[in-house]
Amino acid sequence: MTFHSDFDCYGRMVLIRRFEEAVERLFSEGRITGTAHVCIGQEAIAVGMAAAMQPNDAFTSTHRGHGHFLAMGGDPGRMMAEMFGKATGYAYGRAGSQMMSDLSLGFYGANGITAGSMGLACGLALQAQYHNTGRVVVCTIGDGASNEGMFHESLNLAALWHLPLVVVCENNGYAMSTPLSVGLANQSIAARAAAYGITGTAVDGNSLSAVRDAVSLALTQARSGKGLQLVECHTYRLSGHSKGDKREYRSPAEEAAAWENEPLARLAAELEKQYPDAPGRIAQLNQQAAETIAAAIEFAVSSPDPDPSTVCDDLFAPHLPTA
Amino acid sequence: MKTFTATIRDTLAAELRRDPNVFLIGEDIGAYGGAFGVTRGLISEFGPNRIRDTPISEQALIGTAIGAAAAGLRPVAEIMFMDFITLAVDQLTNLAAKLHYIYKLPCPIVVRTPAGGGRGYGATHSQTLERLFTGTPGLHIAAPSTAADASALLQSAIRGATPVIFIEHKLLYPLRWEIGLTLPPPLPFGHANITHSGNNVTVVAWSYMAHLALTAANQLAAEGIGVEVVDLRTLAPLDEETITAAVRKTGRLLIVEEGPKTGGFAGEIAARIFETSYDYLEAPLRRLAGPDTPVPASRTLEAACIPTVETIANAIRELASL
Ligand SMILES: Cc1ncc(C[n+]2csc(CCOP(=O)(O)OP(=O)(O)O)c2C)c(N)n1
Ligand SMILES: [Mg+2]
Repeated sequence: MTFHSDFDCYGRMVLIRRFEEAVERLFSEGRITGTAHVCIGQEAIAVGMAAAMQPNDAFTSTHRGHGHFLAMGGDPGRMMAEMFGKATGYAYGRAGSQMMSDLSLGFYGANGITAGSMGLACGLALQAQYHNTGRVVVCTIGDGASNEGMFHESLNLAALWHLPLVVVCENNGYAMSTPLSVGLANQSIAARAAAYGITGTAVDGNSLSAVRDAVSLALTQARSGKGLQLVECHTYRLSGHSKGDKREYRSPAEEAAAWENEPLARLAAELEKQYPDAPGRIAQLNQQAAETIAAAIEFAVSSPDPDPSTVCDDLFAPHLPTA
Repeated sequence: MKTFTATIRDTLAAELRRDPNVFLIGEDIGAYGGAFGVTRGLISEFGPNRIRDTPISEQALIGTAIGAAAAGLRPVAEIMFMDFITLAVDQLTNLAAKLHYIYKLPCPIVVRTPAGGGRGYGATHSQTLERLFTGTPGLHIAAPSTAADASALLQSAIRGATPVIFIEHKLLYPLRWEIGLTLPPPLPFGHANITHSGNNVTVVAWSYMAHLALTAANQLAAEGIGVEVVDLRTLAPLDEETITAAVRKTGRLLIVEEGPKTGGFAGEIAARIFETSYDYLEAPLRRLAGPDTPVPASRTLEAACIPTVETIANAIRELASL
């Protein structure tokens, strides 16, 4: 997905926000079931990363992946249909919220297992290095995921082999109910880079430009053969961990303060400072986002359920040609 | 009337009160109360030292529980979804299961974990993975289908000397039973329960499938089909004696399992019955299980993957007519 201007970025960020608000609403109305983790407050990271990437680059996501997918060009209608478990969804209803993908967009999938996509990201990067394709892989994880063995094993291996990989940690302050202070012995995730002899940077994850600049630089380094880069983006998860989270582990005052720093309003304010016509353009983008989401829900609702007799289809890939 | 969830919580609280060496360890089990609310409120009575939140580090948390157990504590670990126990299978298989056999160390750990589908959580949050452990000597496995059994088995698991995988089906959590004011006494492992008597078909099941089998048996009684339901309660040790007697009684056996048919524990039971009771079978034994596929998120597709009261009843009817 190409972003020509900050207005493009704003448009995608507000689309993500409206998508996530719709998901929360649809859950509370009982119209979609299962589970979902929304990324309200983290939109600048999703779009900042995507805006820094080149068309052939690849991306791996987490359980909190709707924003990443939309930023990479995911179609809101097919995503919503997947949320509804419909046959027109990205995985015909097999994936649900947590495992959507579109390989044609370089989006190698959300992943329901914490840190579960890191090996996949290393392997995609290994292929890029193997065939010298120039591709770099962006792998997102959360702060909580940095405590899995997989995080440490992957960082060591990718650093050792100079894989063209950028690991972006979305540090939103919490892993479910666990704040950083309860989960991490050293609360700087960027600092862990030193242990693997790589570069680690920490940026304001609610600033679109800060994320885009940091990830751009990391991508350039990784693409030039310098190997693994680690970027930590500080942000805040404004919603609950998943539906049904009453957020009793933090105070309303803390949340209110975090809302003051939310990325969408911040970007709007920046645009309004820079461009006299910004208010009108922003209003138009807001309107478009609302219409797109309404159409996405309409598409999902009017789509057919998957045929239960297809439940065992696609378990194995068809025969692959060999050299 | 008390829910499965509240019964387990009360049992944990009673065990924490009884023995200061008992403590809980897991992800988001403290203030949050666990993903399914089982440990909700316990932290206010027992504090963070005994209701111990961990980083998201399944391997280290299970390994730490094993070490603490070897040194004399009695950890009750929670793995948030059974799907994530895969990250700790090494510690359970290569360490816990061998701790006494090789090192002569006791390993009184209990690993509680919610399992199973039916809630639309998708392929990595809906599995029943007891099959990862049924072939590992040295582990005990509980898979109760009622609140009372869960309480009774959990007590003996916590008080025992053996590592226990304790499976709690997600669909059992909200169900309610008459429990009474005092908890049931501990129940030793290895004792299946005949939850329904009948002369026509024997059904063997465990966990939520045993609950569904009982419902099916009650329905079929009205049709004049007598169903003998064997609720295994524990898979290891396995109460082969009770299963065998129940099969010989009816001459017909259906085994119901939630996970994929291939490689499931139903196959083990079938083989044993074939070895010991072939001559008693009046019809080929049957397995009703999931198809060999991951559990999809869509409700429509998920429903095609898991036995229901209806499919169980149909399988029983068919077997009865042979
Ligand atoms: C292996 C594994 N353990 C636990 C979970 C349950 N879980 C899902 S998301 C989550 C918190 C993840 O925290 P973080 O990495 O900070 O990401 P965030 O949710 O904040 O985006 C947990 C514990 C899981 N899905 N997989
Ligand atoms: Mg987090």
